[in-house]
Amino acid sequence: MEKEETRKELVVSAIENGTVIDHIPGKVVFQVVKILNLSEVTDQVTFGTNLDSRKMGKKGIIKVSNKFFRPDEINKIALVAPSATLIIIKNFKVVEKKKVEVPDSVEKIVKCFNPNCITNHESVITRFTVIDKEDLKLQCHYCEKITARDTISFA
Amino acid sequence: MPLFFNFICSLKFLPMKNKSLVSITDFTREEQIHILDLAEEFEKKPTQKILQDYVVATLFFEPSTRTRLSFESAASRLGAKVIGFSEPGSTSVQKGESLRDTIKTVANYSDIIVMRHPKEGSARFASEVSEVPVINAGDGANQHPTQTLLDMYSIRKTQGTLDNLNIAFVGDLKYGRTVHSLVMALSNYNTTFHLVSPQLLKLPSATKIHIKENKLEYYQYTDIIDVIPKVDILYMTRIQKERFSDPIEYERVKNSYILRNSMLEKARPNMRILHPLPRVNEITIDVDDNPQAYYFTQALNGVYVRQAILASILGVKK
Ligand SMILES: [Zn+2]
Repeated sequence: MEKEETRKELVVSAIENGTVIDHIPGKVVFQVVKILNLSEVTDQVTFGTNLDSRKMGKKGIIKVSNKFFRPDEINKIALVAPSATLIIIKNFKVVEKKKVEVPDSVEKIVKCFNPNCITNHESVITRFTVIDKEDLKLQCHYCEKITARDTISFA
Repeated sequence: MPLFFNFICSLKFLPMKNKSLVSITDFTREEQIHILDLAEEFEKKPTQKILQDYVVATLFFEPSTRTRLSFESAASRLGAKVIGFSEPGSTSVQKGESLRDTIKTVANYSDIIVMRHPKEGSARFASEVSEVPVINAGDGANQHPTQTLLDMYSIRKTQGTLDNLNIAFVGDLKYGRTVHSLVMALSNYNTTFHLVSPQLLKLPSATKIHIKENKLEYYQYTDIIDVIPKVDILYMTRIQKERFSDPIEYERVKNSYILRNSMLEKARPNMRILHPLPRVNEITIDVDDNPQAYYFTQALNGVYVRQAILASILGVKK
């Protein structure tokens, strides 16, 4: 554990205050960046992909300085990275560690998979109710069809 | 003064006033029953000029003559003015106007909007951008709640109750939205479901969930003859050829889901045959003269039920 931590420090520098999102599957790091709208953040954001991890083989990590996400913001990433851990850093110290949780409802970020849904034809902000957190099933507020893990895509 | 007091009182007890009807679940069980009771009143006295001060807009973004005429007949019998279009061909919609803009504009001209649209979710969206209530007259393959209510009305009227009935659904149970909504609604009434369909067109699990949640019994069949002696209602639907990717498969199954008069010998005396119409060939003409055929009366009931819905949402009937 100690060793892994040290190695990580080499790749992605430590932050004084902010949030570290760890254990992101390597393939979805850029999706997480997009979901959290990190391109709009003015503070320092560093991220790495394809880092070695004993737990998951290859993983990704994102560090955002001076930013503490609201639960509803951060939980959105559970849709693509259910394994992600959230680490809150204050004064270079870990003050909190928690797993992300799939939220009860999802707005804006997910596209409805139903090609005949009105949200794919008019400028409508999508809204879904999460009806199954484990299997990831999202029911569209408009067409009432269910977008599942294998049909999910992001707006 | 007493008149004013009356007015306030009636407002207080009108939960459906100004409420849009997009999905059958937008109305509680009590509200659904209230609509059925009110429809009974309109059946006894269909012409009541209680909506003379109202304008009903019927916006049909895809043609459906039957549903549109039923709504317009309902509105006319209540004395309302009806505006709208029966297909988008000659309107600004054709020129590319967004649904949002069309609805916002029409909401300025009317007190309630009845709409049918080929896209799923369009009615929910319209109800969110509209200043006036919206009644969904069909949004793609999704919902058609006024059909569900008229089906419920027809069942209650022919059986005297909605509770504890044996109801068979026959035909395309996979794509038929009429079936999905009605199964959902009937799951509140301790129904036993008999589901008759080709293997390819079975009831989707998303709909079966409602049956299971209520711990109700359901049986699946591939042959219609097996259910006829067991049920109080035989709800027939059409099997569309387009649903089959393999035309040979369609040819193989299509005749197994045609109801003929000779098949009805063992039916219970109270059994009635329903069909959302239009029918193609799934019920042969010789069934029409059987007193157990109810589908044409079912369509007529649609007018009373739509009168009840218009009157309740506009708040002119308690
Ligand atoms: Zn949708």
